Amino acid sequence: METIIREGSPKTPYVRLDGEKGLIEIKGRSIPENSVEFYKPLIDWLDSYGNQPLDSTSVNVQLEYFNTSSSKCILDIFKKLELIYKKGSKVHINWYYEEDDEDMFEAGEDYQSIINIPFTMIEMEE
Amino acid sequence: MGFDLDKWIAQKMQGEVILKYVGDVSSDKITDALDSIESYLNLKNEKNKTRKKVYNVFVECIQNLFHHVDIPPVTAKVDLVPKFGVIILARDNSFYRISTGNFVLIDKISIIKDRIDQVNSLSDEEVRSIYRDILGNEEITLKGGGGLGMLDIVRKTGNKLEYMLYPHDNEYLFFSLDVYIS
Repeated sequence: METIIREGSPKTPYVRLDGEKGLIEIKGRSIPENSVEFYKPLIDWLDSYGNQPLDSTSVNVQLEYFNTSSSKCILDIFKKLELIYKKGSKVHINWYYEEDDEDMFEAGEDYQSIINIPFTMIEMEE
Repeated sequence: MGFDLDKWIAQKMQGEVILKYVGDVSSDKITDALDSIESYLNLKNEKNKTRKKVYNVFVECIQNLFHHVDIPPVTAKVDLVPKFGVIILARDNSFYRISTGNFVLIDKISIIKDRIDQVNSLSDEEVRSIYRDILGNEEITLKGGGGLGMLDIVRKTGNKLEYMLYPHDNEYLFFSLDVYIS
C-alpha cells in the first residue's frame, strides 16, 4: 500500500496514511469549504487498505479546529475503519484534545457513541 | 425604497469591531477573514477556550454564508457578486457577537425560519442528541454539513440564534442573524 502524506494548510489538516506501518494520523485544522473534495481520496485509500489491512491499525486524531462539513467526512473515515475492525483486525483510535477544550472533548464523545471501535480520549496539557 | 443596508451595518458596529466584511463571500475571502480574526485573538491573548470557540463559531457562520448566499438583487445597490454577504465580528464587554446578513428570496425564507425556530426551541440536551443523530445517520450533502451548522453554533455558544427579517422588494428579504459567544 502506498503511503499518502498531505502537509497541513490553513484550512486542511496534516494527514498520514501509512499502509506499511498501519498508522493513520490526522492533525491540525480541518475547515475547508468543500470537505468532501479533500477527504474523498483519503476515504478511497481506506477502501483499498481495508481489502488487505495489517493485523493492527493505529489511528491518531489531533485536531485543533474542524467544521461541521468535515465532521461527516471524519465519521466516514471512522466507518471505513469500523469495517476493518469488524472483519477481525485490531483498530484503535486515539482522540487527542487540549485540557480546556470541552468542544473537542464532546466531539470525541460523539464519535465514540456512534462508532464501535476501541476509542481512547487523550487529554493534552496546553 | 428597499432595505437600508448601511443603516443595518451601522447598528451592528457597536462595541469593538474586530472584523467587518461586505461583499463576495469567496473561499479566498474566508481565508483572509480567518487569518485576520486569528491574529486578533492571539494578539489579545484571549483565553484558549474562548479563542477556539470564537474561531470555530465564526468558521460556521461565514461558511454558512458561503454555502447559502447568492447573487444579490439588482435593486440592492450593492456589487452584483456571486455570493453577496455581510459578516461582522465585534466584542462588546463580556461577549463576542457575530452578525451576518444576506438577501434571501422570499420563497426560500420559510425553510430558513422554520429551521432556526426549531433549533431555538431545543434544550441543550436535545441539541446534542439531534446533532449526534444527524451526524450518525444522515448522508453527506453536497455542501458537506448535512444541516449541522446551525445546531453546532447553538451547541458551542449555548445561546439562541437571534434573527430578523427586513422587507426589501417584491422578491427579496434581508436576513440578519446575530450569534453571541459569552
